[in-house]
Amino acid sequence: MIEIKDITKTYTSGVEPFQAVKGVSFVIEDGEFVAIMGPSGSGKSTLMHILGALDTPTTGTYLLDGKDVSTYNQDELALIRRDKIGFVFQAFNLLPRTSAIRNVMLPLIYAEVDEEDRHERAASALIASGLDEQHFNNLSNQLSGGQIQRVAIARALVNNPSLILADEPTGNLDSRTGEIVLGTFETLNKKHGRTIILITHERDVAEHADRIIFIKDGVILEDSRTHSKRTVHHHAN
Amino acid sequence: MRTKDILSETYTALSANKVRSGLTMLGIVIGISSVISMVSIGQGAQATIESSIQSIGSNLIIITPGAQRGAGIQVSAGRGSSRTLTQEDAEALATDMPLANAVAAELGGRYQITTKGKNTNTTVTGTTESYPTVRNLQIDTGSFITDAQVKSLARVAVLGPTTVTDLFGEGVDPIGQTIRIKNVVFTVVGVTKAKGGSGFGSQDDVVFIPLSSAQKFLAGEDYVSTISVQAKDAESMTELQSAITEELMDRHNIKENAAADFSILNQADIVATASSVTGTFTLLLAAVAGISLVVGGIGIMNMMLTTVTERTREIGLRKAIGATRKDISKQFLIEAIILTCVGGLIGIILGSLISWGINYSGILKTSVSFGSVALAFGVSTAIGIVFGYYPARRAAQLNPIEALRYE
Repeated sequence: MIEIKDITKTYTSGVEPFQAVKGVSFVIEDGEFVAIMGPSGSGKSTLMHILGALDTPTTGTYLLDGKDVSTYNQDELALIRRDKIGFVFQAFNLLPRTSAIRNVMLPLIYAEVDEEDRHERAASALIASGLDEQHFNNLSNQLSGGQIQRVAIARALVNNPSLILADEPTGNLDSRTGEIVLGTFETLNKKHGRTIILITHERDVAEHADRIIFIKDGVILEDSRTHSKRTVHHHAN
Repeated sequence: MRTKDILSETYTALSANKVRSGLTMLGIVIGISSVISMVSIGQGAQATIESSIQSIGSNLIIITPGAQRGAGIQVSAGRGSSRTLTQEDAEALATDMPLANAVAAELGGRYQITTKGKNTNTTVTGTTESYPTVRNLQIDTGSFITDAQVKSLARVAVLGPTTVTDLFGEGVDPIGQTIRIKNVVFTVVGVTKAKGGSGFGSQDDVVFIPLSSAQKFLAGEDYVSTISVQAKDAESMTELQSAITEELMDRHNIKENAAADFSILNQADIVATASSVTGTFTLLLAAVAGISLVVGGIGIMNMMLTTVTERTREIGLRKAIGATRKDISKQFLIEAIILTCVGGLIGIILGSLISWGINYSGILKTSVSFGSVALAFGVSTAIGIVFGYYPARRAAQLNPIEALRYE
């Protein structure tokens, strides 16, 4: 469960201090599929970094599974990311010239999972994210954009995180492939009960989620539940 | 992160860029192999020089006349011109010095030697029976000069193998033949075993005759040019040297050390001097080679910095999925260490091959010591740590958010 209270983030590296997030609070229960939506410069990326334990808020608290991670240092945050969070990036960020399955096994290496278990866990994560078994040993440069993002999703899944954080996961994909990837997130949420936070600036992407938090200029403008798109989408299939 | 996984990640990273890894390693390979081969050459030279000094005899103390003299007195110091040492001095030393194993007096000079149709110019040494003992000389055929021959002014000669070849040609038995030295006829009674060239001039191109004959027929004077004393063992050399000094000063009625009319050379001192010279020489060679090692190390650092910049996004990703700073710095540090260690290993093999090649070609007798291999390996690992530390630290300090955004 995620509980954030009065989160602010001020950057002081520029000429003038800049407050990117100005007091945001919300609760996300386990098993929710939430989209954080907003235009560029709205503070959604900053919020994503805080939610993903890549950064800490200037003020406010962030309780992840009951632990206040807002005061953690860099290495403690690394361990939280390792154990609790799976990332899916817009730019995929797979290791170059490395097989799909090895890419998925990477988080397990840092988690010091036994070698025998790694392969099995990586394979089941890849199957859950919808990659055909014949592509498991393909190098990352031999895969299509959609396949690459599936590998990235599998990598986010493999450590059994409390939260999957997807930052513009369809941004580098064509709309058809994007739909398939979003479908994968829906399946993971509905079938496997994964908590997913989707960061996007596109409304039709955000509408795949059950709940949309709309953020602008560092504050939440709207926090609403949506069902329409999903129903339409499923009927269309 | 487990060590095995770090090694496997390192292998993947290094083999992804084989040419670059290879070229970077080359710096270390050249550095280490030159250190190994240079040190082995230096040590080989040292051993060769020491063995050639040892070949003139062991535990030797050499007394020569006239080199030490009082201030203001100009004496021609050349051998043979100072007439301060006599055979009686040598005999006195032989009887009075319990620490001396053997004493041999010598009178040497270069003379023209002729046989039928052939001639040579070489060193003729007048000496006594104990000479072979003192100077580690071995007789091949015939016999060496005896004390009886010295007493009777016998006109007999013992030749070195080179002199035999010069005077009689290859494969001729010279025993019983005659030679002429300064128009005096000598009968050859023995040939010495080859010692090999060493120091200044070959020890095989020599002629030995009885000391008394040399004094009477060749020099026409009753003095000796060298007294060689062999000590019982290496430990007693210093004590023996001072005992000899005392005895000779007493015999020559000299009160002060500075006024001594003879000088004493201790073989151990010669060896020590030569060793220190070749040691310095080895150090110089190693230092020059060491510079190339440092240059190689900087190459490693340069490559690691490039790698860290190139792989910024990868580092960002690794951090995002849970790598701690320690994990990242370990990975890059081990990459650098592996590069230098593998480079060091190849360098050791290459250096040993160079050393072996020099040995094989017969220029010098070289050997690669375990010490220099251990040192080279230690140094290459240290270079990996020193020059890998900064890039690894830089990688570990990267902010994951910025690293992920890096283009």
